[in-house]
Amino acid sequence: MTDGGLRPGALVLADGEVFEGDLIGAPTGIATGEVVFNTALSGYQEIITDPSYAGQIITFTYPHIGNYGVNAHDSESRAAFCRGVVVREMARRHSNHRAETGLDAHLRALGVPGIAGIDTRRLTRLLRDRGSVTGAFGPGSESDLATAARAEPGTDGVDLVSTVTTAEPYTVGQGPRLIVAYDFGIKTTIVRHLAGLGRVVVVPGGTTAEEVLAMDPTGVFLSNGPGDPGVLDGPVEQVRRLVGRVPLFGICLGHQILGRALGAGTVKLPFGHHGANHPVKDLTTDRIEITSQNHNFAVDADTFAGLGSTVRMTHVNLNDGVCEGLEVVGERCFSVQHHPEAGPGPHDSTYLFDRFADLMDGSTR
Amino acid sequence: MPRRDDLSSILIIGSGPIVIGQACEFDYSGTQACRVLREEGYRVILVNSNPATIMTDPDFADATYVEPLTWEVVASIIEREQPDAVLPTMGGQTALNIAMELFERGVIGVPGRPEMIGANAEAIATAEDRQRFKEAMLEIGLDVPRSGIAHSMEDARTVVAEIGLPVIIRPAYILGGRGTGIASTMEEFERVAANGIAASPIGEILIEESIAGWKEFELEVMRDRADNCVIICSIENVDPMGVHTGDSITVAPQQTLTDVEYQTMRDAALACIRRVGVETGGSNVQFAVDPATGRQVVIEMNPRVSRSSALASKATGFPIAKMAARLAVGYTLDEIPNDITRATPASFEPVIDYVVTKIPRWAFEKLPGTTGILGTQMQSVGEAMAIGRTFPESLQKALRSLEQGRNGLTGDMGSDLLAGLGTGELLRRCAVATPERILEVGELLRRGVAIDVVHDACRIDPWFLDQMSLITEEHERLTGCGPDDLDTRAWRRAKRLGFGDAQLAHLWGVAEDVVRARRQDLGVRPTFKTVDTCAAEFAADTPYHYSTWEDESEVRPSDRRKVMILGSGPNRIGQGIEFDYCCVHASFALRDAGFETIMVNCNPETVSTDYDTSDRLYFEPLTRQDVLDIIEAERPERVIVSLGGQTPLKLAGQIPPELVAGTSAASIDAAEDREIWNRLCDELRIPQPPGGTAVDLAEATAICERIGFPVLVRPSYVLGGRAMQIVHDMDHLARAMAELSASGTLGREGGLSAERPVLIDRFLASAIEVDVDAVRDHTGDILIGGVMEHVEEAGVHSGDSACAIPPQTLPEWVVEVIESYTSAIAERLDVRGLINVQFAVVGTSVYVIEANPRASRTVPFVAKATGVPLAKVATRVMLGATLAELRAEGLLVEPVGGHVAVKEAVLPFNRFPEVDPALGPEMRSTGEVMGIDDSFGRAFYKAELAAGSALPGSGLVFLSLNDLDKPAGIVVARRLRERGLAIAATSGTAEYLRRYGVEVDRVLGKVTDGADGPTAVDLIADGSVAFVVNTPRGSVGRSDGEQIRKAASLHRVSCVTTVAAALAAAQGLGETGDGPLGVRTLQEYHRR
Repeated sequence: MTDGGLRPGALVLADGEVFEGDLIGAPTGIATGEVVFNTALSGYQEIITDPSYAGQIITFTYPHIGNYGVNAHDSESRAAFCRGVVVREMARRHSNHRAETGLDAHLRALGVPGIAGIDTRRLTRLLRDRGSVTGAFGPGSESDLATAARAEPGTDGVDLVSTVTTAEPYTVGQGPRLIVAYDFGIKTTIVRHLAGLGRVVVVPGGTTAEEVLAMDPTGVFLSNGPGDPGVLDGPVEQVRRLVGRVPLFGICLGHQILGRALGAGTVKLPFGHHGANHPVKDLTTDRIEITSQNHNFAVDADTFAGLGSTVRMTHVNLNDGVCEGLEVVGERCFSVQHHPEAGPGPHDSTYLFDRFADLMDGSTR
Repeated sequence: MPRRDDLSSILIIGSGPIVIGQACEFDYSGTQACRVLREEGYRVILVNSNPATIMTDPDFADATYVEPLTWEVVASIIEREQPDAVLPTMGGQTALNIAMELFERGVIGVPGRPEMIGANAEAIATAEDRQRFKEAMLEIGLDVPRSGIAHSMEDARTVVAEIGLPVIIRPAYILGGRGTGIASTMEEFERVAANGIAASPIGEILIEESIAGWKEFELEVMRDRADNCVIICSIENVDPMGVHTGDSITVAPQQTLTDVEYQTMRDAALACIRRVGVETGGSNVQFAVDPATGRQVVIEMNPRVSRSSALASKATGFPIAKMAARLAVGYTLDEIPNDITRATPASFEPVIDYVVTKIPRWAFEKLPGTTGILGTQMQSVGEAMAIGRTFPESLQKALRSLEQGRNGLTGDMGSDLLAGLGTGELLRRCAVATPERILEVGELLRRGVAIDVVHDACRIDPWFLDQMSLITEEHERLTGCGPDDLDTRAWRRAKRLGFGDAQLAHLWGVAEDVVRARRQDLGVRPTFKTVDTCAAEFAADTPYHYSTWEDESEVRPSDRRKVMILGSGPNRIGQGIEFDYCCVHASFALRDAGFETIMVNCNPETVSTDYDTSDRLYFEPLTRQDVLDIIEAERPERVIVSLGGQTPLKLAGQIPPELVAGTSAASIDAAEDREIWNRLCDELRIPQPPGGTAVDLAEATAICERIGFPVLVRPSYVLGGRAMQIVHDMDHLARAMAELSASGTLGREGGLSAERPVLIDRFLASAIEVDVDAVRDHTGDILIGGVMEHVEEAGVHSGDSACAIPPQTLPEWVVEVIESYTSAIAERLDVRGLINVQFAVVGTSVYVIEANPRASRTVPFVAKATGVPLAKVATRVMLGATLAELRAEGLLVEPVGGHVAVKEAVLPFNRFPEVDPALGPEMRSTGEVMGIDDSFGRAFYKAELAAGSALPGSGLVFLSLNDLDKPAGIVVARRLRERGLAIAATSGTAEYLRRYGVEVDRVLGKVTDGADGPTAVDLIADGSVAFVVNTPRGSVGRSDGEQIRKAASLHRVSCVTTVAAALAAAQGLGETGDGPLGVRTLQEYHRR
């Protein structure tokens, strides 16, 4: 019995765990990265193209990936920045009227390698119990892969923003409001939402506060992005200079940068939040929103106490109590850890963009 | 918002008997609701007419009314109990409809009366009234199919002129889609619309743009008092629109929508539940999606828990009904912990890391005259669900879970038969949805017919077809080799695609043992994963498992004493909720006695597959391979095979004999094996009707020549009188034997063999049939649980016959004889646990018909009639306890008396107007009800009312009797007249009655004569007949009687087809006044 064209391979974690499978996607040799898992049942295209996954290998816990193909609209960036994907089953044939190509072909086009046939549940349980680890997969021997996995630095203390941010500013949308959006790895869906509020100038992550203020923006947006906020002293410093001078809204890494700019600490979560089903409570309204999440680091709300009474936690993750949002009373700035733009995920939190609009218009706080 | 303290007592309305469209899922939801509300400290009052349910155990509510589910009866209960609130969302359409009737009459939901919690009248009306629902959806900007409402044929024609054909017609206020249909031509339209208007209780139909062929989806939504909403599960139908979702193969989660499309659907579902105004609890919203454009339309929503929510609960591990009950009394989602993770709140959306497939099971073979074509009206009687890591794996597991002789998508006798058909023929066939379609599609794919070609024929989404072709390609690869040719990797690939050992054995023409041994030699064993609501994101120690073929198994057997209970699989006619009741009781009894309990079952509707019921739940097919694999993983001390009906009983001989709890496999066989059984009866000098066993027509003929006609012909090892017939002559015998051999419907299930011969007995005409349920312990002590006298005479299957406890006409000494025969048989078979023995009494002779050393269908009825927890007692006895010990322990109590309990069968004929509703030896009832009162007449009256065939207090009764029944007809007619009813009869019957001084008000012509004047069928159709008594003349074909009975069933006029039932009805009417029925709780009846 033959295995018609399959490329056997393995995924090896830095701690030596081995998973056998078949290689899919781009044939790039050995891929390494921090291995994380995402529990979303749909939205693989958005996830794979989300720049926040830079430096990471994405494990999909849902076994069937690629079912509905890939289309031009649903990508979250112009490229993929993740290091690879791990799936149980890659669809051989996709079916959806929106599809333009299949996922496997798309991975090849993006240069993203993958491995299929893996017991992804076993992998997920390991990641959950031991915390995020680095790993390597590809065609090599187990020992080569183990060496590569151990050599991989992961995301702690690594500046990944510089690898994903735009080189040049660009403008999207129109309208009376001018929003300057810091690109730390911004998702297309966020840009689309912001463009619904006004003219958006997306600027590189290294843009200074002065350069931003010189544009006289109605509001400044701090985007999502990959990796450890602890190494982003540059952006943190610029944001510190913006607080109080212009309405500010941050999402995900933007939230963590704002937190640090306000003096709060950040922590690394054991295995992060990656999915589309996390319950978050808005502490202002007591309403629960089901949210899209993708982060390994979080703002440490315990450190708010030392910052005076102006910094307040506004949203909390009901699963584990992680700070999901903050605001600075009187300073016109707020941020959330989760993803109100969804892409993929539920739309329960899109009201936050309206809140940003109100803030820019001076109709609140 | 915490628990509401302003409420102290809550009435839960159950769903009544199991019918097509309303099955065990409402026992599951109602049982959960009862439990939760009592845990919360409320006084729970329950009404449900179905004695086979777990929820009607007196332990589950403070006050349990097993009374007919009519608004009048529920109003009496409300009057008596004065509850603070009524929860109408747990009992399906039945409970909602009753709640609406009570609301309309000002009994509930208005100031000063009990509050409606869960869903109020406004919300129910918005969801249930199709026009209001459509307007509500348009108002919030959701798309719906173009449609219009009609109350008459004239309206209907106007509407269809605007919309254009094809259209779908749906009657308002119906359950399970009854009366629904598609019309592509005006002729079809005239017929379907007229049927629809007749089927709707308010004579209203919705005529809608047909979206047949579109993709179909369902979302299960929950909402709390603070307006927090979550989606519990998405479901995608494999069968496209046009097949009722209850008749569709469905998959969770949805597979073919992009996240963008899915989130649009999610937004729509949330908007829908908010607009309809379901304040708290679960609802399901159905969508259709045009595969070409992605256009999404809302089809309907159920403002209550449903069959889909039961499926979603089992598919995700999120207990919707339990949560809905908590939300109904004021909690918000974030205040309730997730049962499974315990650490996280219930206010989240479950994610899964496996695929769930549900496949319905139908009973067309029991309903001659039906086409077997699926449509918008639900026809299935049960379903199996399977969990696998991928769709192919779960599909194949689900197919083998059905227990219909299928090993999977390929590799069984059923799929082999298709190999002889031409591709063109298969393509034509699979354009029509039937139970066989999935196999036809499999065969086409196996032949390599292009997926697009198959898709064009059947409209099943290409993704599903491609996944199925992974199975058929593997099938072709495996066909070319044998069990010794596979390495570990190849084994694993086949197993991961869901190939079972039996399937591979069929493929390779070797014994299943060989396949098992070979793969085990290579270490290829299943792994057991956990259903945890969160795809392993959080640690969960939920004991809810499924098998798959991966690296890691999560199951760690404990070192406690443990017992495995094999459940009863998908519901079917003859094997349903009664057996689930027994299995659940076994689990409770063993848990109380300190054992760890392990449940194995694959029916998503049931209480047994609630992960809360047993210490561990394996959601697995009940096949040899799957059961052995679990035994190897868990190493139980004993396995209970005798409480789940035939399904586990068939496995008794396939598991290590020392593991079988209670009665040994050898004893079980002795009761089934005709030769051993005959010898046993001879030795005990217990008379039985003459008979014999045959494996072919020649042997059968020889037996009939010896014993004479009429004879009763039945296959062995089946339940529910499957293919059982009363045969009057040699021609008929030949037909019956053909039906049972390879070419017949049973042939696909294995056909006849020396191991499975056909039983032929002399049929005892006019005998009274008696059923006994008893328990014997290992010391030989015996407990006679109940002696049930049947209302209908022998010849009507016991499952379709009404019966009474205590016996009503048998002399005391006959009962004593029956009891002593039962004891002797149990002793001789060395029964350890339950035994059911059936007798026929002719004059003063008592014959034994058969004995089954296992739980019978009547165990829950007996328990509720007598107050003795028979299933629990039997379970303990199986594990070695003696009856004396159980008495001392207080589990075994003395039966209570002083009342009469009547069990009545509920038949599915109003869904199948083409089927003759006359009763016979093949069982066709889907469920049962119990009437309980001080006298037989009143109990029977209640039972009929509960079964949906209310006995009229006034109006015209139509009598048409065969000659044998005419003498008894005099008594029937006289009593009915005394009660104030008018009599109509056919000329023969009328003449006879008049001769004996009974006045006949109208004489009607024969239907088939074409005589002048209205016939019985005309009068039934125009509503002037209130009750029909028609006893068949034994002839077949389109007789007068058949047309009359069909008309009665179509127009929902109560109809009895035996004179015994007519006598009981007359007695019931005589003993029941015109005032309200008295109601009393089981707790009161059981008070000692």
